[in-house]
Amino acid sequence: MVPVSYYLILSGILFACGVVGFLIKRNIITIFMSIELMLNGVNLSFVAFAAHWQQLSGQVFVFFVMVVAAAETAVGLAIIIAVYRTRETLNVDQVNLLKL
Amino acid sequence: MTHSLHLWLIPALPLIGAAINGLFGRRFSRQTVAAIALAFCGGAFAWVLFVCARFSSLTLPHSEFFAHWIRSGGFLVNFEFYLDQLTLVMLLIVTGVGFLIHIYSVAYMWEEGGFYRFFSYLNLFMFFMLTLVLAGNYLQMFIGWEGVGLASYLLIGFWFSKDSAASAGKKAFIVNRIGDFGFLIALFLMIKHFGSLNFGQVFSAVAPLPVETIGFGVLTSIGLLLMVGAAGKSAQIPLYVWLPDAMEGPTPVSALIHAATMVTAGVYMVARSHVIFDHAPNALTVVAIVGTLTALFAATIGIAQTDIKKVLAYSTISQLGYMFMACGVAAYSAGIFHLMTHAFFKGLLFLAAGSVIHAVGGEQDMRKMGGLKQYIPWTFLTMSIATFAIAGFWPLAGFFSKDEILWQVYSSPGSWVFWLIGVVTAFITSFYMFRLWFMTFFGDYRGRAADVQAQPVHRHTDHDHGDPHESPLVMLVPLAVLAVLSAIGGFAKYWPGGGIEHFLSPVFYPIVAETAPDLAAEAAKRSTEYLLMAISLGSAALGLYLAYLLYYKRQDLPQKIATALNGFYEAVVHKYYIDELYATLFVKPLVDGSTRILWHGVDQGVIDAAVNDAAAGANHLSDAARHMQSGNLRSYAGWIAAGGAVVIAYMIWMGV
Repeated sequence: MVPVSYYLILSGILFACGVVGFLIKRNIITIFMSIELMLNGVNLSFVAFAAHWQQLSGQVFVFFVMVVAAAETAVGLAIIIAVYRTRETLNVDQVNLLKL
Repeated sequence: MTHSLHLWLIPALPLIGAAINGLFGRRFSRQTVAAIALAFCGGAFAWVLFVCARFSSLTLPHSEFFAHWIRSGGFLVNFEFYLDQLTLVMLLIVTGVGFLIHIYSVAYMWEEGGFYRFFSYLNLFMFFMLTLVLAGNYLQMFIGWEGVGLASYLLIGFWFSKDSAASAGKKAFIVNRIGDFGFLIALFLMIKHFGSLNFGQVFSAVAPLPVETIGFGVLTSIGLLLMVGAAGKSAQIPLYVWLPDAMEGPTPVSALIHAATMVTAGVYMVARSHVIFDHAPNALTVVAIVGTLTALFAATIGIAQTDIKKVLAYSTISQLGYMFMACGVAAYSAGIFHLMTHAFFKGLLFLAAGSVIHAVGGEQDMRKMGGLKQYIPWTFLTMSIATFAIAGFWPLAGFFSKDEILWQVYSSPGSWVFWLIGVVTAFITSFYMFRLWFMTFFGDYRGRAADVQAQPVHRHTDHDHGDPHESPLVMLVPLAVLAVLSAIGGFAKYWPGGGIEHFLSPVFYPIVAETAPDLAAEAAKRSTEYLLMAISLGSAALGLYLAYLLYYKRQDLPQKIATALNGFYEAVVHKYYIDELYATLFVKPLVDGSTRILWHGVDQGVIDAAVNDAAAGANHLSDAARHMQSGNLRSYAGWIAAGGAVVIAYMIWMGV
């Protein structure tokens, strides 16, 4: 049986990849994908712990996260399309109207 | 004596008049306004006459309770009225002369804007003055005291759009405030030591105390502080400076407030407080010194004034000095007697001067008058009577009262210096009054050449001023009545039953028993008195002659004398630079201190600065914080990641 620490390290690597991707990428779609990566990194640790402790609540929580992620994807893509229609760009550095 | 005389009606009637005219007068016609003012003022006069008629049947002093006012522990102040001989004399003067001046004002002010305002103020003044006179305790007197100051302020600044009038009003108010401060402290001392402000209670508390001949006791302090108040109200050194400026007000106001009634309130107060002063001879000496100096000082300034009203103003100050001189040697009835005759002839002088000013179209400079005798014969006649009366010619009013004062001063021990100054002042008084008389009424009319320039104070719109013209009958009647009073008022000394001094004596000498007259000593006193009379008559005549010589016969002489006495003359013309001195000593430091320390220092430096700096600090802080909100999505993400990293680092560090 694979020790739980392996899963957690992988989970941490996935999450860190998501964070780094979020911070350095300028394309909104890529940033969006980075968010998914972070969510799935977290999901992995949930599942790993659930298996380790033989408890279902971790699994259940992953379903919740997936549902929320699906909803978020739907809303997020809609926003991205709206942004693209108005600004004709997907570069987040140019979508900076919300400031003084 | 049980039933009430309703003394409260006397001040209440003018108050009602003032309220009606003040609140609704704007909509009334001039006739209505005048009728209301005259009716309520005349009503007060009528009630005083009624009281007068019932006077002999009263047990004196007669006191009437009106309402409770302050009840604080054992300390009690009521609204109450106090009537004795002194009050009665004052009431008659205030309402009688006041009523005459009301009548006069109707014609004098007819062309002026704010007619209703004027009469409302005038009635308000009557209310406060009568409150002052009728008060049964010092606090009520103080209300009247402050109230007449207010009315005086309002009336001096009646033409408030004129800058000089507005500042004259302020000056009068502020200078009076200094005196009122002294009065107030005196009241506090009375409360502390006697526990009451009621005249009867204070006086009966003072009466058994020993006379403070040496040292500086309570009674001396109270006396001196009361004198400070009196000096403010009655324009004595060093607080006299407001009265000449008060001439900015309409002339009837000068006659009523600044000659006949309000300025004599100080004399009345000193006379009313005579029990205190009798127990504080040192304070009394101060009163005498202040009065004497003021009499001489103001008289010398009067010589060189060219504004007809300013001459009369300094003359008023000087005559008030006489009254204080009399009070200062404890001859209170002589002081009140002079107060009465002065109210007649000085009121008349001012009203006649108003008539002159009216005649020449608002000109007040005597150098532009002259020869008015044939234009305004009635004014000339009445003014002549007043001039001879104030100069002290027999048998006019001024002679008797001034002589009585000088005699009392002479006969009180160690006061011959006061007497000498008094006689010199009488001479100067006679000189400057006849100077005014000759300059105004004799010679040739010098006004025409000057008609073009000089915006008149007294604005007439209906008729142009070719020749001077006599005033209407409404103005002449009060002049005539006052002229008669000025002529015969002095005989009050010889009233059947002992004259005015005998009438007033129960107030001032309640316990002195009638001693059998020592005939020889009486005769010696008589002859001295006649000698003194001759001396003062002589000084008056000398003044007349000198004025005749300088301002009628040899009109080139005054100029030469003025040139010869250049420095001194300049000083007199500029009123000894007292105004300038006060400006440098008090006004300027005060203004500078207020500007630099209070305004620039405290107000701008501390209060404004605290508010402004707090706002500016918040502004700067927000300005710095605002840059976190860059609008850049990735920077937000960076902040979140950094924050998360910090939290995780913290948790690891703390070993959670």
